[in-house]
Amino acid sequence: MTPLKERLVQLEVLRYNPDTDTEAHFQRYEVVCQEEWVVLDALNKVKADIDPTLNFRWSCHMAVCGSCGMMINGEPKLSCHAFLRSYEGVIRVEPLAHFPIERDLVTAPDDFMEKLKRVKPYIIPKEKKPISEGEYKQTPAQLMKFRQYSMCINCMLCYAACPEYGLTPDFIGPAALTLAHRYNLDSRDGGRLARQEVVATHEGVWDCTFVGACSEVCPAHVDPASALQQMKITSSIDWIVEHLIPGGKS
Amino acid sequence: MAKSHKPVVWFPFAAGGTVIAFCIPVIVVLTFLAALGHVPSGLSYERMHAFAGSGLGKLIIFGVLALSLWSSAHRLRCTFYDFGVRADTLVATVLYVAAIVASIASALFLLRI
Repeated sequence: MTPLKERLVQLEVLRYNPDTDTEAHFQRYEVVCQEEWVVLDALNKVKADIDPTLNFRWSCHMAVCGSCGMMINGEPKLSCHAFLRSYEGVIRVEPLAHFPIERDLVTAPDDFMEKLKRVKPYIIPKEKKPISEGEYKQTPAQLMKFRQYSMCINCMLCYAACPEYGLTPDFIGPAALTLAHRYNLDSRDGGRLARQEVVATHEGVWDCTFVGACSEVCPAHVDPASALQQMKITSSIDWIVEHLIPGGKS
Repeated sequence: MAKSHKPVVWFPFAAGGTVIAFCIPVIVVLTFLAALGHVPSGLSYERMHAFAGSGLGKLIIFGVLALSLWSSAHRLRCTFYDFGVRADTLVATVLYVAAIVASIASALFLLRI
């Protein structure tokens, strides 16, 4: 077997310790890495060999858990999915944009978690039936309607990419709204009107200006932008029924 | 939270976006062809003038123009918003009024044909 190629990687990592720092600053690390590694491997090597005080979140190392999202050269990426061979020179690593920094590369996701709850991201059955009547069945075609929108791993890269969320923190945002859409499209679900109370507000889909950056950075190919545009159409039809058709209720 | 009334401006924007996607590239190509002296006989001045003279023709041309203008105004409003210009009411008023004035002007010109 041929030996793996090595490379001296220069990382510029944003550091912030809330106990001692008044503001965040960059720290430069030089670390020998294998050419095939990802940025997360380089960070782990730094933590193991150079600086054990460096903080960052990660878990699965295979783009499934969604916990290692960071800004890499200014772009929101999963650091386990960002190959070193894609970068030249100094690689700048910062915590996810638009979220408060807790420590170093660790951000506080509280705002996203709270918004996720508000869109009721769970099945609200059309009619409840006792367990004795068996499961709620679904055809493959019914599954395919929402499957893509169910692939979200809550990595929050779309929030870091969305200029609208950066400018208007009240915006419910791509991932949470997309999850609302996922349940709205589920044949077993009857909760769309309840979700509309959040979705059809200004802070809901109407704060989205269809920049599309969310879909570009999504590592799970969920395409949140398309979900939001589809919800704008249904919300508009609701509005017409509610306001222009006599006796119409959404 | 109250539901938003944005569909009032968004629906014509979406319709205009569709119209722009289908019609404007064709119009641009035909304009360039005409400028280079290649006018297909179906699009000769006389034929187009007759088309714009008919009631249906006026309606179609007005629909394409008005929806495209509205869509462009709304898109520009969103662009201002994305760039952080938060005087949204002022921006929206100026752009929508411009679109409406241009639409009325095109209606008047069409009616004179």
